[in-house]
Amino acid sequence: MEPAIRDVYGAELVRLGKEYPELVVLDADVSSSTKSCLFQSEFPDRFFNVGISEANMTSMAAGLAKAGMVPFVNTFAAFITTIGLLPARSLIAYMNCKVRLAGAYGGLSDSYDGATHHSADDIAIMRAVPNMTILVASDAVQVKEIMRQSMEIDGPVYFRLSREAMPPLSRQEPVKIGKGSVLREGIDITIFSCGVMCSQALQAAERLSAEGIEARVVDLFTIKPIDAETVEASVKQTGAVVTAEEHSVIGGLGAAVLDVMAERDCYAPLVKVGIQDCFTESGAYPALLKKYQVDAGAVIKAAREAVKRKGKPIV
Amino acid sequence: MTGTYQNFARYEALCRNLRIELIDLLHQKGTGHPGGSLSCCEILTVLYFLKANISPQNLKDPARDKIVLSKGHAAPMLYLLLAEKGFFPKEELKTLRQIDSRLQGHPCAEKLPGVEISSGPLGLAYSAALGLTLGDRLQGNNGSYVYAILGDGELNEGIIWETAMSASKFQADHLITIVDYNHVQLDGTTQQIMPMPELLQKWRAFGYHVICCDGHQLEQLCEAIDGAKQHRGQPTVILADTVKGKGVSFMEGQNIWHGKPIGEEEYQKAIAELRGDKDGTSNS
Repeated sequence: MEPAIRDVYGAELVRLGKEYPELVVLDADVSSSTKSCLFQSEFPDRFFNVGISEANMTSMAAGLAKAGMVPFVNTFAAFITTIGLLPARSLIAYMNCKVRLAGAYGGLSDSYDGATHHSADDIAIMRAVPNMTILVASDAVQVKEIMRQSMEIDGPVYFRLSREAMPPLSRQEPVKIGKGSVLREGIDITIFSCGVMCSQALQAAERLSAEGIEARVVDLFTIKPIDAETVEASVKQTGAVVTAEEHSVIGGLGAAVLDVMAERDCYAPLVKVGIQDCFTESGAYPALLKKYQVDAGAVIKAAREAVKRKGKPIV
Repeated sequence: MTGTYQNFARYEALCRNLRIELIDLLHQKGTGHPGGSLSCCEILTVLYFLKANISPQNLKDPARDKIVLSKGHAAPMLYLLLAEKGFFPKEELKTLRQIDSRLQGHPCAEKLPGVEISSGPLGLAYSAALGLTLGDRLQGNNGSYVYAILGDGELNEGIIWETAMSASKFQADHLITIVDYNHVQLDGTTQQIMPMPELLQKWRAFGYHVICCDGHQLEQLCEAIDGAKQHRGQPTVILADTVKGKGVSFMEGQNIWHGKPIGEEEYQKAIAELRGDKDGTSNS
Protein backbone atom coordinates (compact mmCIF):
# COMPACT_ATOMS: atom_id res chain seq x y z
CA MET A 1 0.00 0.00 0.00
CA GLU A 2 1.22 3.46 -0.89
CA PRO A 3 2.11 5.77 2.01
CA ALA A 4 0.08 8.95 2.52
CA ILE A 5 1.72 12.02 1.00
CA ARG A 6 1.89 13.69 4.41
CA ASP A 7 3.90 10.78 5.81
CA VAL A 8 6.27 10.91 2.87
CA TYR A 9 6.66 14.64 3.39
CA GLY A 10 7.32 14.33 7.13
CA ALA A 11 9.94 11.62 6.66
CA GLU A 12 11.71 13.53 3.90
CA LEU A 13 11.78 16.64 6.06
CA VAL A 14 13.79 14.66 8.62
CA ARG A 15 16.18 13.36 5.96
CA LEU A 16 16.74 16.86 4.59
CA GLY A 17 17.15 18.16 8.13
CA LYS A 18 20.11 15.84 8.59
CA GLU A 19 21.78 17.13 5.46
CA TYR A 20 20.96 20.80 5.85
CA PRO A 21 21.70 22.22 9.29
CA GLU A 22 20.11 25.52 8.21
CA LEU A 23 16.73 23.85 7.69
CA VAL A 24 14.19 24.87 10.34
CA VAL A 25 10.54 23.90 10.63
CA LEU A 26 7.55 25.88 11.86
CA ASP A 27 4.06 24.62 12.57
CA ALA A 28 0.86 26.18 13.89
CA ASP A 29 -0.46 23.48 16.19
CA VAL A 30 -1.15 20.92 13.47
CA SER A 31 2.20 19.13 13.47
CA SER A 32 0.66 15.71 13.99
CA SER A 33 -1.49 16.33 10.90
CA THR A 34 1.20 17.85 8.68
CA LYS A 35 3.72 15.32 10.03
CA SER A 36 6.22 18.05 10.82
CA CYS A 37 6.15 16.41 14.28
CA LEU A 38 8.64 13.88 12.88
CA PHE A 39 11.13 16.71 12.44
CA GLN A 40 10.41 17.98 15.93
CA SER A 41 11.32 14.61 17.44
CA GLU A 42 14.62 14.60 15.61
CA PHE A 43 15.57 18.30 15.82
CA PRO A 44 13.68 19.97 18.69
CA ASP A 45 15.96 23.03 18.63
CA ARG A 46 15.17 23.73 15.00
CA PHE A 47 11.43 23.33 15.38
CA PHE A 48 9.03 26.13 16.33
CA ASN A 49 5.43 25.40 17.21
CA VAL A 50 3.88 28.86 17.36
CA GLY A 51 0.41 27.77 18.34
CA ILE A 52 -2.58 28.77 16.29
CA SER A 53 -1.05 31.87 14.72
CA GLU A 54 -0.52 31.25 11.02
CA ALA A 55 0.24 34.86 10.05
CA ASN A 56 2.80 35.08 12.83
CA MET A 57 4.35 31.76 11.78
CA THR A 58 4.68 32.83 8.16
CA SER A 59 6.14 36.22 9.13
CA MET A 60 8.62 34.62 11.51
CA ALA A 61 9.80 32.43 8.66
CA ALA A 62 10.76 35.54 6.70
CA GLY A 63 12.97 36.70 9.56
CA LEU A 64 14.52 33.26 10.01
CA ALA A 65 15.34 33.23 6.30
CA LYS A 66 16.95 36.66 6.56
CA ALA A 67 19.15 35.20 9.30
CA GLY A 68 20.32 32.49 6.89
CA MET A 69 18.00 29.64 7.83
CA VAL A 70 15.76 27.75 5.38
CA PRO A 71 12.32 27.56 6.99
CA PHE A 72 9.64 25.02 6.05
CA VAL A 73 6.30 26.48 7.14
CA ASN A 74 3.52 24.02 7.85
CA THR A 75 -0.21 24.21 8.11
CA PHE A 76 -3.20 23.32 5.96
CA ALA A 77 -3.11 24.67 2.40
CA ALA A 78 -6.43 26.43 3.04
CA PHE A 79 -4.82 28.49 5.83
CA ILE A 80 -1.29 29.05 4.64
CA THR A 81 -2.57 30.63 1.42
CA THR A 82 -5.17 32.79 3.18
CA ILE A 83 -4.17 33.79 6.72
CA GLY A 84 -0.55 33.29 5.73
CA LEU A 85 -0.92 35.17 2.45
CA LEU A 86 -0.11 38.67 3.64
CA PRO A 87 3.31 37.72 5.02
CA ALA A 88 3.84 35.26 2.14
CA ARG A 89 3.32 38.16 -0.25
CA SER A 90 4.60 41.24 1.54
CA LEU A 91 7.54 39.72 3.41
CA ILE A 92 8.60 36.39 1.93
CA ALA A 93 7.99 36.99 -1.76
CA TYR A 94 8.73 40.74 -1.63
CA MET A 95 12.13 40.01 -0.08
CA ASN A 96 12.54 36.87 -2.22
CA CYS A 97 13.22 34.79 0.89
CA LYS A 98 14.25 31.16 0.73
CA VAL A 99 11.14 29.91 2.53
CA ARG A 100 9.14 26.76 1.78
CA LEU A 101 5.41 27.08 2.38
CA ALA A 102 4.05 23.58 2.71
CA GLY A 103 0.31 23.46 2.17
CA ALA A 104 -0.82 20.26 3.83
CA TYR A 105 -4.20 18.67 3.13
CA GLY A 106 -4.35 20.26 -0.32
CA GLY A 107 -7.41 20.16 -2.55
CA LEU A 108 -10.32 18.18 -1.10
CA SER A 109 -8.10 15.73 0.76
CA ASP A 110 -9.20 16.91 4.20
CA SER A 111 -12.50 15.70 2.92
CA TYR A 112 -14.68 15.32 6.03
CA ASP A 113 -13.75 18.74 7.45
CA GLY A 114 -15.69 20.52 4.73
CA ALA A 115 -15.29 23.57 2.51
CA THR A 116 -13.46 25.70 5.08
CA HIS A 117 -10.67 23.14 5.17
CA HIS A 118 -10.56 22.37 1.45
CA SER A 119 -8.26 24.35 -0.80
CA ALA A 120 -9.69 24.89 -4.23
CA ASP A 121 -8.14 28.33 -4.67
CA ASP A 122 -4.62 28.01 -3.25
CA ILE A 123 -2.91 27.71 -6.63
CA ALA A 124 -4.81 30.69 -8.05
CA ILE A 125 -3.85 32.78 -5.03
CA MET A 126 -0.19 31.82 -5.10
CA ARG A 127 0.14 32.20 -8.89
CA ALA A 128 -0.52 35.90 -8.51
CA VAL A 129 2.39 36.36 -6.10
CA PRO A 130 5.65 37.39 -7.80
CA ASN A 131 8.80 35.27 -7.19
CA MET A 132 6.72 32.29 -6.03
CA THR A 133 7.49 28.81 -7.36
CA ILE A 134 4.43 26.53 -7.15
CA LEU A 135 4.80 22.76 -6.98
CA VAL A 136 2.01 20.21 -6.70
CA ALA A 137 2.65 16.78 -5.19
CA SER A 138 1.61 13.99 -7.54
CA ASP A 139 3.10 10.86 -5.97
CA ALA A 140 5.44 9.74 -3.20
CA VAL A 141 8.62 9.55 -5.29
CA GLN A 142 7.97 12.94 -6.82
CA VAL A 143 7.30 14.61 -3.43
CA LYS A 144 10.68 13.55 -2.11
CA GLU A 145 12.34 14.66 -5.31
CA ILE A 146 10.76 18.13 -5.45
CA MET A 147 11.47 18.75 -1.76
CA ARG A 148 15.11 17.89 -2.30
CA GLN A 149 15.44 19.88 -5.51
CA SER A 150 13.72 22.87 -3.92
CA MET A 151 16.74 23.32 -1.66
CA GLU A 152 18.52 24.73 -4.72
CA ILE A 153 15.88 27.42 -5.30
CA ASP A 154 16.82 30.72 -3.68
CA GLY A 155 13.33 32.28 -3.61
CA PRO A 156 10.04 31.17 -2.05
CA VAL A 157 8.34 27.89 -2.92
CA TYR A 158 4.77 26.79 -2.31
CA PHE A 159 4.19 23.03 -2.08
CA ARG A 160 0.68 21.73 -2.45
CA LEU A 161 0.61 18.44 -0.58
CA SER A 162 -2.13 15.97 0.28
CA ARG A 163 -3.45 14.15 3.28
CA GLU A 164 -3.93 11.03 1.18
CA ALA A 165 -1.85 8.49 -0.68
CA MET A 166 -1.41 8.85 -4.43
CA PRO A 167 -0.86 5.94 -6.83
CA PRO A 168 2.74 5.74 -8.07
CA LEU A 169 3.25 7.20 -11.54
CA SER A 170 5.69 5.89 -14.08
CA ARG A 171 7.60 8.65 -15.78
CA GLN A 172 9.67 8.56 -18.91
CA GLU A 173 12.27 10.87 -17.38
CA PRO A 174 13.41 11.73 -13.87
CA VAL A 175 11.40 14.38 -12.01
CA LYS A 176 12.80 17.84 -12.57
CA ILE A 177 11.30 21.06 -11.18
CA GLY A 178 10.18 23.24 -14.07
CA LYS A 179 9.77 20.34 -16.46
CA GLY A 180 6.50 18.55 -17.18
CA SER A 181 6.63 14.75 -16.87
CA VAL A 182 5.14 12.81 -19.75
CA LEU A 183 3.19 9.92 -18.19
CA ARG A 184 1.66 8.48 -21.35
CA GLU A 185 2.13 9.09 -25.06
CA GLY A 186 -0.76 9.78 -27.40
CA ILE A 187 -1.49 11.69 -30.59
CA ASP A 188 -5.14 12.72 -30.41
CA ILE A 189 -5.29 14.91 -27.32
CA THR A 190 -3.13 16.09 -24.41
CA ILE A 191 -4.34 15.87 -20.84
CA PHE A 192 -2.36 18.24 -18.63
CA SER A 193 -2.84 17.26 -15.01
CA CYS A 194 -1.35 17.67 -11.58
CA GLY A 195 -1.69 16.06 -8.17
CA VAL A 196 -4.22 13.31 -7.70
CA MET A 197 -5.63 14.07 -11.16
CA CYS A 198 -2.57 12.49 -12.81
CA SER A 199 -3.67 8.99 -11.91
CA GLN A 200 -7.28 9.86 -12.78
CA ALA A 201 -6.09 11.15 -16.16
CA LEU A 202 -4.19 7.92 -16.82
CA GLN A 203 -7.29 5.86 -16.00
CA ALA A 204 -9.27 8.08 -18.34
CA ALA A 205 -6.65 7.66 -21.08
CA GLU A 206 -6.93 3.88 -20.93
CA ARG A 207 -10.70 4.04 -21.35
CA LEU A 208 -10.40 6.65 -24.12
CA SER A 209 -7.97 4.37 -25.91
CA ALA A 210 -10.70 1.73 -26.13
CA GLU A 211 -12.78 4.36 -27.95
CA GLY A 212 -9.93 5.06 -30.35
CA ILE A 213 -8.75 8.29 -28.70
CA GLU A 214 -5.06 8.17 -27.81
CA ALA A 215 -4.31 10.70 -25.07
CA ARG A 216 -0.96 12.08 -24.11
CA VAL A 217 -0.86 12.64 -20.33
CA VAL A 218 1.53 15.20 -18.87
CA ASP A 219 2.08 15.87 -15.18
CA LEU A 220 2.54 19.66 -15.06
CA PHE A 221 3.38 19.66 -11.37
CA THR A 222 5.36 22.89 -11.65
CA ILE A 223 2.50 25.33 -12.03
CA LYS A 224 4.87 28.27 -11.82
CA PRO A 225 7.09 28.72 -13.69
CA ILE A 226 5.07 26.65 -16.12
CA ASP A 227 6.87 24.44 -18.66
CA ALA A 228 5.76 26.47 -21.66
CA GLU A 229 7.85 24.44 -24.14
CA THR A 230 6.14 21.20 -23.22
CA VAL A 231 2.73 22.85 -23.33
CA GLU A 232 3.35 24.35 -26.75
CA ALA A 233 4.82 21.17 -28.23
CA SER A 234 2.04 18.98 -26.84
CA VAL A 235 -0.74 21.26 -28.02
CA LYS A 236 0.76 21.46 -31.50
CA GLN A 237 1.25 17.70 -31.70
CA THR A 238 -2.17 16.66 -30.46
CA GLY A 239 -4.45 19.60 -31.37
CA ALA A 240 -6.82 19.22 -28.40
CA VAL A 241 -6.41 19.77 -24.70
CA VAL A 242 -7.93 18.81 -21.36
CA THR A 243 -6.62 20.30 -18.13
CA ALA A 244 -7.39 18.34 -14.99
CA GLU A 245 -6.88 19.67 -11.48
CA GLU A 246 -8.26 19.24 -7.99
CA HIS A 247 -8.79 22.99 -7.85
CA SER A 248 -11.15 25.64 -9.09
CA VAL A 249 -11.31 26.06 -12.85
CA ILE A 250 -10.41 29.69 -12.13
CA GLY A 251 -6.76 30.63 -11.89
CA GLY A 252 -5.12 27.23 -11.59
CA LEU A 253 -3.40 24.78 -13.93
CA GLY A 254 -6.02 25.25 -16.66
CA ALA A 255 -5.54 29.01 -16.61
CA ALA A 256 -1.76 28.63 -16.66
CA VAL A 257 -1.96 26.37 -19.74
CA LEU A 258 -4.34 28.79 -21.47
CA ASP A 259 -1.93 31.65 -20.80
CA VAL A 260 0.85 29.75 -22.55
CA MET A 261 -1.38 28.87 -25.50
CA ALA A 262 -2.44 32.48 -25.92
CA GLU A 263 1.08 33.84 -25.58
CA ARG A 264 2.52 31.33 -28.04
CA ASP A 265 -0.27 31.42 -30.61
CA CYS A 266 -0.95 27.71 -30.33
CA TYR A 267 -4.70 27.42 -30.42
CA ALA A 268 -6.66 24.22 -29.84
CA PRO A 269 -9.97 23.29 -28.26
CA LEU A 270 -9.52 23.11 -24.49
CA VAL A 271 -11.83 21.80 -21.78
CA LYS A 272 -11.03 22.34 -18.13
CA VAL A 273 -11.75 19.70 -15.51
CA GLY A 274 -11.87 21.22 -12.05
CA ILE A 275 -14.16 22.51 -9.35
CA GLN A 276 -16.79 24.72 -10.96
CA ASP A 277 -16.42 27.94 -8.94
CA CYS A 278 -18.42 26.72 -5.97
CA PHE A 279 -17.91 25.83 -2.32
CA THR A 280 -17.49 22.14 -1.62
CA GLU A 281 -18.76 20.11 1.34
CA SER A 282 -17.96 17.28 3.77
CA GLY A 283 -17.80 13.69 2.64
CA ALA A 284 -15.59 10.76 1.79
CA TYR A 285 -12.71 11.81 -0.48
CA PRO A 286 -13.67 9.65 -3.50
CA ALA A 287 -17.30 10.76 -3.13
CA LEU A 288 -16.22 14.41 -3.20
CA LEU A 289 -14.02 13.91 -6.25
CA LYS A 290 -16.96 12.31 -8.02
CA LYS A 291 -19.56 14.88 -6.96
CA TYR A 292 -17.40 17.88 -7.86
CA GLN A 293 -16.41 16.23 -11.13
CA VAL A 294 -12.72 15.94 -10.59
CA ASP A 295 -12.21 12.30 -11.47
CA ALA A 296 -11.52 9.99 -14.40
CA GLY A 297 -15.14 10.13 -15.54
CA ALA A 298 -15.02 13.92 -15.84
CA VAL A 299 -11.74 13.73 -17.75
CA ILE A 300 -13.24 11.26 -20.25
CA LYS A 301 -16.23 13.51 -20.88
CA ALA A 302 -13.99 16.53 -21.30
CA ALA A 303 -11.67 14.68 -23.69
CA ARG A 304 -14.53 13.53 -25.88
CA GLU A 305 -15.79 17.08 -26.08
CA ALA A 306 -12.38 18.56 -26.90
CA VAL A 307 -11.76 15.97 -29.61
CA LYS A 308 -15.20 16.66 -31.09
CA ARG A 309 -14.35 20.34 -31.37
CA LYS A 310 -11.07 19.64 -33.12
CA GLY A 311 -10.72 21.24 -36.50
CA LYS A 312 -13.50 23.76 -35.91
CA PRO A 313 -12.41 27.07 -37.43
CA ILE A 314 -11.05 29.68 -35.05
CA VAL A 315 -12.94 32.88 -35.68
CA MET B 1 24.98 59.17 33.77
CA THR B 2 25.82 61.98 31.40
CA GLY B 3 29.43 60.86 31.58
CA THR B 4 28.58 57.60 29.84
CA TYR B 5 27.45 59.46 26.77
CA GLN B 6 29.54 62.64 26.80
CA ASN B 7 28.03 64.22 23.79
CA PHE B 8 24.26 64.10 23.87
CA ALA B 9 24.18 67.73 22.73
CA ARG B 10 25.67 66.64 19.43
CA TYR B 11 22.89 64.14 18.85
CA GLU B 12 20.21 66.52 20.06
CA ALA B 13 21.46 68.88 17.37
CA LEU B 14 21.39 66.03 14.89
CA CYS B 15 17.75 65.36 15.79
CA ARG B 16 16.88 69.00 15.17
CA ASN B 17 18.57 68.85 11.78
CA LEU B 18 16.85 65.60 10.92
CA ARG B 19 13.49 67.19 11.67
CA ILE B 20 14.29 70.15 9.43
CA GLU B 21 15.43 67.86 6.64
CA LEU B 22 12.30 65.74 7.08
CA ILE B 23 9.97 68.73 6.75
CA ASP B 24 12.01 69.95 3.77
CA LEU B 25 11.82 66.61 2.05
CA LEU B 26 8.14 65.92 2.67
CA HIS B 27 7.20 69.45 1.64
CA GLN B 28 9.25 69.14 -1.53
CA LYS B 29 7.72 65.79 -2.46
CA GLY B 30 4.18 66.56 -1.33
CA THR B 31 3.84 63.01 -0.01
CA GLY B 32 4.97 60.93 2.98
CA HIS B 33 4.14 60.66 6.68
CA PRO B 34 5.34 63.54 8.90
CA GLY B 35 3.62 62.78 12.25
CA GLY B 36 4.99 59.34 13.00
CA SER B 37 8.38 60.21 11.48
CA LEU B 38 8.83 63.13 13.86
CA SER B 39 7.85 61.05 16.90
CA CYS B 40 10.49 58.36 16.36
CA CYS B 41 13.39 60.70 15.56
CA GLU B 42 15.21 60.25 18.89
CA ILE B 43 14.51 56.51 18.99
CA LEU B 44 16.13 55.96 15.60
CA THR B 45 18.97 58.38 16.35
CA VAL B 46 19.86 56.57 19.57
CA LEU B 47 19.81 53.22 17.79
CA TYR B 48 21.83 54.19 14.73
CA PHE B 49 24.33 56.49 16.46
CA LEU B 50 24.65 55.33 20.04
CA LYS B 51 23.42 51.82 20.66
CA ALA B 52 23.14 49.46 17.71
CA ASN B 53 26.21 47.86 16.19
CA ILE B 54 25.26 48.55 12.61
CA SER B 55 26.93 50.52 9.87
CA PRO B 56 27.54 50.31 6.12
CA GLN B 57 30.88 48.66 6.98
CA ASN B 58 29.41 45.69 8.87
CA LEU B 59 26.29 45.22 6.76
CA LYS B 60 27.49 41.80 5.58
CA ASP B 61 28.48 40.66 9.06
CA PRO B 62 25.75 38.30 10.32
CA ALA B 63 26.71 39.16 13.89
CA ARG B 64 25.74 42.83 13.47
CA ASP B 65 22.73 44.23 15.30
CA LYS B 66 19.58 44.62 13.23
CA ILE B 67 17.07 47.45 13.30
CA VAL B 68 13.56 46.71 12.03
CA LEU B 69 11.19 49.63 11.54
CA SER B 70 7.92 47.76 11.85
CA LYS B 71 5.96 51.03 11.63
CA GLY B 72 7.10 51.30 8.03
CA HIS B 73 5.24 54.55 7.31
CA ALA B 74 7.96 56.35 9.26
CA ALA B 75 10.25 55.47 6.34
CA PRO B 76 11.25 59.11 5.68
CA MET B 77 12.89 59.39 9.10
CA LEU B 78 14.54 55.99 8.63
CA TYR B 79 15.93 57.11 5.27
CA LEU B 80 17.32 60.32 6.78
CA LEU B 81 19.10 58.25 9.43
CA LEU B 82 20.41 55.71 6.91
CA ALA B 83 21.74 58.52 4.70
CA GLU B 84 23.29 60.26 7.70
CA LYS B 85 24.96 56.98 8.61
CA GLY B 86 26.29 56.57 5.07
CA PHE B 87 24.19 53.67 3.79
CA PHE B 88 23.45 55.65 0.64
CA PRO B 89 24.27 59.15 -0.67
CA LYS B 90 22.21 61.94 0.87
CA GLU B 91 21.64 63.22 -2.65
CA GLU B 92 19.36 60.24 -3.19
CA LEU B 93 16.89 61.42 -0.53
CA LYS B 94 15.23 63.66 -3.08
CA THR B 95 14.09 60.55 -5.00
CA LEU B 96 11.79 59.61 -2.09
CA ARG B 97 8.60 57.90 -3.34
CA GLN B 98 9.43 58.68 -6.97
CA ILE B 99 9.70 56.33 -9.92
CA ASP B 100 12.90 54.20 -10.07
CA SER B 101 13.86 55.19 -6.52
CA ARG B 102 15.29 52.84 -3.92
CA LEU B 103 13.40 54.92 -1.35
CA GLN B 104 10.00 53.32 -1.58
CA GLY B 105 6.95 54.68 0.23
CA HIS B 106 7.52 51.94 2.77
CA PRO B 107 10.98 50.41 3.38
CA CYS B 108 12.01 47.78 0.83
CA ALA B 109 14.83 45.47 1.91
CA GLU B 110 15.47 44.24 -1.62
CA LYS B 111 16.17 47.72 -2.87
CA LEU B 112 17.83 49.68 -0.09
CA PRO B 113 20.90 48.60 1.91
CA GLY B 114 20.32 49.01 5.63
CA VAL B 115 16.67 47.99 5.51
CA GLU B 116 16.71 44.59 7.22
CA ILE B 117 13.05 43.66 6.73
CA SER B 118 10.54 45.19 4.33
CA SER B 119 7.66 46.72 6.22
CA GLY B 120 4.41 48.51 5.57
CA PRO B 121 1.52 46.20 6.42
CA LEU B 122 1.54 46.86 10.15
CA GLY B 123 2.55 44.12 12.53
CA LEU B 124 4.21 41.79 10.05
CA ALA B 125 7.75 43.05 10.40
CA TYR B 126 7.59 42.64 14.17
CA SER B 127 7.00 38.93 13.75
CA ALA B 128 9.80 38.82 11.17
CA ALA B 129 12.06 40.58 13.70
CA LEU B 130 11.36 37.73 16.10
CA GLY B 131 12.29 35.29 13.34
CA LEU B 132 15.56 37.19 12.82
CA THR B 133 16.28 36.98 16.54
CA LEU B 134 15.66 33.24 16.67
CA GLY B 135 17.71 32.75 13.50
CA ASP B 136 20.60 34.69 15.03
CA ARG B 137 20.42 32.46 18.08
CA LEU B 138 20.55 29.31 15.94
CA GLN B 139 23.45 30.75 13.96
CA GLY B 140 25.36 31.41 17.17
CA ASN B 141 25.29 35.22 16.78
CA ASN B 142 24.84 35.53 20.49
CA GLY B 143 26.16 39.06 20.74
CA SER B 144 23.72 40.54 18.29
CA TYR B 145 20.43 42.21 19.14
CA VAL B 146 17.37 42.86 17.02
CA TYR B 147 15.62 46.17 17.66
CA ALA B 148 12.01 46.41 16.52
CA ILE B 149 10.28 49.81 16.47
CA LEU B 150 6.49 49.65 16.67
CA GLY B 151 3.83 52.32 16.61
CA ASP B 152 1.20 52.32 19.31
CA GLY B 153 -1.57 52.30 16.70
CA GLU B 154 0.20 49.27 15.26
CA LEU B 155 -0.54 47.47 18.52
CA ASN B 156 -4.14 47.16 17.28
CA GLU B 157 -2.91 44.40 14.97
CA GLY B 158 -3.53 40.89 16.30
CA ILE B 159 -0.22 39.66 14.93
CA ILE B 160 1.61 41.90 17.42
CA TRP B 161 0.21 39.84 20.25
CA GLU B 162 0.72 36.55 18.44
CA THR B 163 4.35 37.58 18.10
CA ALA B 164 4.50 38.61 21.74
CA MET B 165 3.28 35.18 22.84
CA SER B 166 5.89 33.53 20.65
CA ALA B 167 8.73 35.84 21.75
CA SER B 168 7.86 35.03 25.31
CA LYS B 169 7.58 31.29 24.71
CA PHE B 170 10.94 31.19 22.91
CA GLN B 171 12.56 33.48 25.50
CA ALA B 172 13.76 35.90 22.86
CA ASP B 173 15.78 38.12 25.18
CA HIS B 174 17.80 39.49 22.26
CA LEU B 175 14.69 41.01 20.73
CA ILE B 176 14.36 44.57 22.04
CA THR B 177 11.02 46.12 21.21
CA ILE B 178 10.54 49.87 21.31
CA VAL B 179 7.03 51.25 21.11
CA ASP B 180 6.85 54.78 19.72
CA TYR B 181 4.06 55.55 22.16
CA ASN B 182 2.70 58.74 20.58
CA HIS B 183 -0.96 58.22 21.47
CA VAL B 184 -2.27 59.15 18.02
CA GLN B 185 -3.17 57.06 15.00
CA LEU B 186 -4.43 57.90 11.52
CA ASP B 187 -8.09 58.52 12.30
CA GLY B 188 -7.76 60.06 15.74
CA THR B 189 -6.20 59.52 19.14
CA THR B 190 -5.57 55.93 20.16
CA GLN B 191 -8.08 56.54 22.94
CA GLN B 192 -10.76 57.41 20.36
CA ILE B 193 -9.95 54.78 17.76
CA MET B 194 -8.94 51.73 19.76
CA PRO B 195 -8.24 52.20 23.44
CA MET B 196 -5.32 50.15 24.75
CA PRO B 197 -5.71 50.56 28.49
CA GLU B 198 -3.12 49.16 30.88
CA LEU B 199 -0.57 48.84 28.12
CA LEU B 200 2.26 48.18 30.53
CA GLN B 201 0.29 45.42 32.21
CA LYS B 202 -0.70 43.99 28.83
CA TRP B 203 2.93 43.49 27.85
CA ARG B 204 3.75 42.09 31.28
CA ALA B 205 0.87 39.66 31.00
CA PHE B 206 2.32 38.51 27.68
CA GLY B 207 5.57 37.67 29.45
CA TYR B 208 7.64 40.76 28.71
CA HIS B 209 10.03 42.76 30.81
CA VAL B 210 8.74 46.35 30.49
CA ILE B 211 10.70 49.60 30.71
CA CYS B 212 9.07 53.03 30.39
CA CYS B 213 10.91 56.16 29.34
CA ASP B 214 10.58 59.53 27.64
CA GLY B 215 11.04 58.72 23.98
CA HIS B 216 12.43 62.16 23.17
CA GLN B 217 15.19 62.04 25.81
CA LEU B 218 18.33 60.48 24.39
CA GLU B 219 19.80 59.64 27.76
CA GLN B 220 16.63 57.95 28.97
CA LEU B 221 16.42 55.92 25.76
CA CYS B 222 20.06 54.83 26.17
CA GLU B 223 19.45 53.77 29.74
CA ALA B 224 16.33 51.85 28.75
CA ILE B 225 18.24 49.97 26.06
CA ASP B 226 21.05 49.18 28.51
CA GLY B 227 18.43 47.84 30.89
CA ALA B 228 16.90 45.71 28.16
CA LYS B 229 20.28 44.21 27.27
CA GLN B 230 20.94 43.26 30.88
CA HIS B 231 17.65 41.44 31.20
CA ARG B 232 17.80 37.72 30.47
CA GLY B 233 15.21 35.01 29.87
CA GLN B 234 12.44 37.34 28.68
CA PRO B 235 12.00 39.77 25.80
CA THR B 236 11.98 43.44 26.78
CA VAL B 237 9.65 46.13 25.53
CA ILE B 238 10.46 49.81 25.99
CA LEU B 239 7.36 52.00 26.09
CA ALA B 240 8.89 55.21 24.82
CA ASP B 241 6.47 58.01 25.50
CA THR B 242 6.48 60.38 22.54
CA VAL B 243 4.50 63.13 20.83
CA LYS B 244 3.23 62.61 17.31
CA GLY B 245 4.52 65.43 15.12
CA LYS B 246 7.11 66.35 17.77
CA GLY B 247 8.90 69.64 17.15
CA VAL B 248 6.28 71.33 14.99
CA SER B 249 3.68 72.91 17.26
CA PHE B 250 0.71 72.66 14.91
CA MET B 251 1.46 69.01 14.08
CA GLU B 252 1.93 67.85 17.66
CA GLY B 253 -0.75 65.41 18.77
CA GLN B 254 -2.78 65.99 15.62
CA ASN B 255 -3.88 62.90 13.74
CA ILE B 256 -4.41 64.87 10.49
CA TRP B 257 -0.63 65.11 10.22
CA HIS B 258 -0.28 61.33 10.04
CA GLY B 259 0.14 61.47 6.28
CA LYS B 260 -0.91 64.92 5.08
CA PRO B 261 1.15 66.79 2.47
CA ILE B 262 2.77 69.96 3.86
CA GLY B 263 1.55 73.17 2.22
CA GLU B 264 3.72 76.24 1.57
CA GLU B 265 2.52 78.30 4.50
CA GLU B 266 2.71 75.33 6.85
CA TYR B 267 6.19 74.59 5.61
CA GLN B 268 7.44 78.12 6.33
CA LYS B 269 5.94 78.02 9.80
CA ALA B 270 7.34 74.57 10.61
CA ILE B 271 10.83 75.43 9.42
CA ALA B 272 10.84 78.73 11.32
CA GLU B 273 9.91 76.89 14.49
CA LEU B 274 12.51 74.18 14.02
CA ARG B 275 15.25 76.67 13.08
CA GLY B 276 14.37 78.92 16.00
CA ASP B 277 14.60 75.97 18.34
CA LYS B 278 17.96 75.10 16.92
CA ASP B 279 19.36 78.63 17.18
CA GLY B 280 18.17 78.97 20.72
CA THR B 281 19.62 75.83 22.23
CA SER B 282 22.42 74.42 20.17
CA ASN B 283 26.03 75.39 19.64
CA SER B 284 26.54 73.05 16.74
